[in-house]
Amino acid sequence: MSSTVGPTSTLAPGEAARETLDRAALERVWSTPPGFLGWLTSASHKSVALRYIVTAFGFFALGGVLAALMRLQLTRPESRLIGPDLYNQIFTMHGSTMMFLFAVPVMEAFGIYLVPLMIGTRNVAFPRMNNFGYWIYLFGGLMLWTAFALDIGPDTGWFAYVPLSGPAYSPGKRVDIWAQLITFTEIAALVAAVELIVTTLKMRCPGMSLNRMPLFVWAMLVTAFMVIFAMPAIMVASTMLAMDRLVDTHFFNPAEGGDALLWQHLFWFFGHPEVYIIFIPATGFVSTIVSTFARRRIVGYPAMVLALIATGFLGFSLWVHHMFAVGLPQLGEAFFTAASMMIAIPSGIQVFCWLATLRGGRIVMRAPLLWALGFIALFVIGGLTGVMTAAVPLDLQLHDTYFVVAHFHYVLIGGALFPLLGAVLFWLPKMCGRMPDERLGRVSFWITFVGFNLTFFPMHLLGLGGMPRRVYTYARDAGLTTGNVVASAGAVVLTAGILVFLANVAWTLRRGAPAGDDPWGAETLEWATASPPPSYNFAYLPTVDGQAPLWSTQERPVVTGLRTDVREVLITDGVDATPDHRHRLDGASVWPFLTAVAATIGVVTALFTPWGVTIGSLLALVTLTGWFWPRGAPAHETVEQRP
Amino acid sequence: MSQRALDVSALPTIAYGPRASIWWGVLGLVAIEGSALAIVGVSYLYLRQNFVAWPPPGTPLPALGAATGDLVVLLASIVPMAIVDRLARAERRRPVAIGLGVMVLLGLASLALRALQFAGALGCRWDSHAYGSVVWTLLGMHAAHVLTSTLENALLMAVLVVGPVERKDFVDAHVNAFYWYFIAAVWVPTYALVYLAPRFL
Repeated sequence: MSSTVGPTSTLAPGEAARETLDRAALERVWSTPPGFLGWLTSASHKSVALRYIVTAFGFFALGGVLAALMRLQLTRPESRLIGPDLYNQIFTMHGSTMMFLFAVPVMEAFGIYLVPLMIGTRNVAFPRMNNFGYWIYLFGGLMLWTAFALDIGPDTGWFAYVPLSGPAYSPGKRVDIWAQLITFTEIAALVAAVELIVTTLKMRCPGMSLNRMPLFVWAMLVTAFMVIFAMPAIMVASTMLAMDRLVDTHFFNPAEGGDALLWQHLFWFFGHPEVYIIFIPATGFVSTIVSTFARRRIVGYPAMVLALIATGFLGFSLWVHHMFAVGLPQLGEAFFTAASMMIAIPSGIQVFCWLATLRGGRIVMRAPLLWALGFIALFVIGGLTGVMTAAVPLDLQLHDTYFVVAHFHYVLIGGALFPLLGAVLFWLPKMCGRMPDERLGRVSFWITFVGFNLTFFPMHLLGLGGMPRRVYTYARDAGLTTGNVVASAGAVVLTAGILVFLANVAWTLRRGAPAGDDPWGAETLEWATASPPPSYNFAYLPTVDGQAPLWSTQERPVVTGLRTDVREVLITDGVDATPDHRHRLDGASVWPFLTAVAATIGVVTALFTPWGVTIGSLLALVTLTGWFWPRGAPAHETVEQRP
Repeated sequence: MSQRALDVSALPTIAYGPRASIWWGVLGLVAIEGSALAIVGVSYLYLRQNFVAWPPPGTPLPALGAATGDLVVLLASIVPMAIVDRLARAERRRPVAIGLGVMVLLGLASLALRALQFAGALGCRWDSHAYGSVVWTLLGMHAAHVLTSTLENALLMAVLVVGPVERKDFVDAHVNAFYWYFIAAVWVPTYALVYLAPRFL
């Protein structure tokens, strides 16, 4: 636990004593209040992020149970185990849970935990907003699952196409629940995105110019920008849908000039970038893991950064490839085919950079790297089937079949879940201070890898054989039984792999060997502090002079002169990260939680009456006033009246 | 520690504009709300393709009076807001509070003119047809921003009057101004789309 970054730092005796005093002062100021109140009010990026991660994995488990139920149903042809109505709810809940309550939040949560540590600061830019975002996310998830438990779970798919989801064909509250789930998760995602952008641009430690930023931080920055420009589309669309259903607007009602295809455009203008919102953070995990265990910096850092940014832009020009079957002009389809194929270029650049890094590295084969390598293999397969479906004639044949299910599970599980599980193993020592078991890590990887392929590879063939998606059963003589039996058997193996993984995590938390500051010999700043990091992250903020600060042999100065009696952070220039000013962050407060409660009351009431919006706004006005009302600022920051 | 330390104790504790993190937070908000308005604007043009006449037969062209008054109020309000912005940077407590009071009144005036647009000038209801749905939504979304910002100005004014006042409250007044410029400016294309385009395009 040294106060400088770099391997050669030493402290003079007087400095050691001063550091002890500073640490004690910082701990008093930055620590989260203990107990239940601390849990409600925390303004620590680490405790909020850990809650986010645990909650997201809770929803992952629920979504996984639904997947298991679907596999159970489809194991036999003409099964009567689950009826069509419940099956519709199950696949809708599975998709909505995995996309909105697991994949996006868990990636942003890793960003919220890691970005401040990686860029060498004490917290995120808006700690109370961060806490608010978590509660909104949790309440949205609870609303969805409560509704499902009451048999009013949404049942029109995670994409909720009109006219099926409109007032004429889906009376009742099921689709309204879905639309309001979007409201919750979109608020939470946008809060986290703004949080990550501002933290990244304004709080990097001195010396960390943009061209020295870790690739994971770049990945989160691009992701956060994508969230900001993609989420408004679904926010607008779901609001239009809710209004069509609740106050008789006609956005999607053709009888009054509305348009069902408008929904598809708006949904996929969000929905396609969403895939990259999930995938790009995963590439950040992979870059970090590959570089650590190849013992060298990533080959082609500028190419990697440009590939991330290119993916961010191109991700917005692909949405129509989800709509090839609706009969759009062929010229437009050709454009989107070209764009869809073009996105393979930046993805390919990244894959080749990882391979080149590994090829010339001194590889240390550890479990996190295994997950990253598994990702590369599976993502290439998923990417190739993506290029296949980008071709309009093939897409028309494969649309709405299990081929597409196979494709996007390769992309999402192979492309995002594998790196995520690798990331869990990789950063678990930092988060809890204990080492995961290497053997269990490897065993769980191989079981999961085999189970995953066994489950999803046959779905390519089922799709080619004509099995439609989202149908609760299939005929005995359709020739689909074998593939489905294999897929269901694979699901059992896959589940076993995940359970072994979770057992490893549980074992690590209780029994893992102490990790120390930097057990993997990694290069980025989160490993320059204790595991788990203290509430203030660093006793003295670091400075850097290169991309791999911990691999530098040069001793670097640390930042001094930040106050230790208030939550003060250093704000730096957005490009060069030169120190600009000192800034006091807000501390723990119960108002973000109360504001989330107010918003939840409003949104849930709006399921039944448009007055919910008014009620929620008035309640939020009260809580926001409490939130921002000044109370007990330190004397040096208050001002006398100067007329 | 002098040789290995970068002492930042002499740096200021307050900054305005792009130097301040909250300015970037508000820029994020502007990007989100700008995108949302743009998407509704695009939806407006998309839905228009379904109509032979726009507005549909039986619905008059939206009357210009109240909306143009709204345009004048919002554009004019940029001046007092810019003055508040400058006074805030000078950390002048009472003048900033008074200026924010003026801004609250101008915000209320804009909302009153907006109410007139809903009550009569549009000539249709949100549930009349898709045209009605989308113009009500465009105007309603923008009105929600005007209302939000007006409430923020009122709250900040109350803080400045009651106290204790912190230096960061002036940064808040400054970013409120930034947000208000966006709201006033974005009314220009919204107004042009809803009120002028059906007449001239």
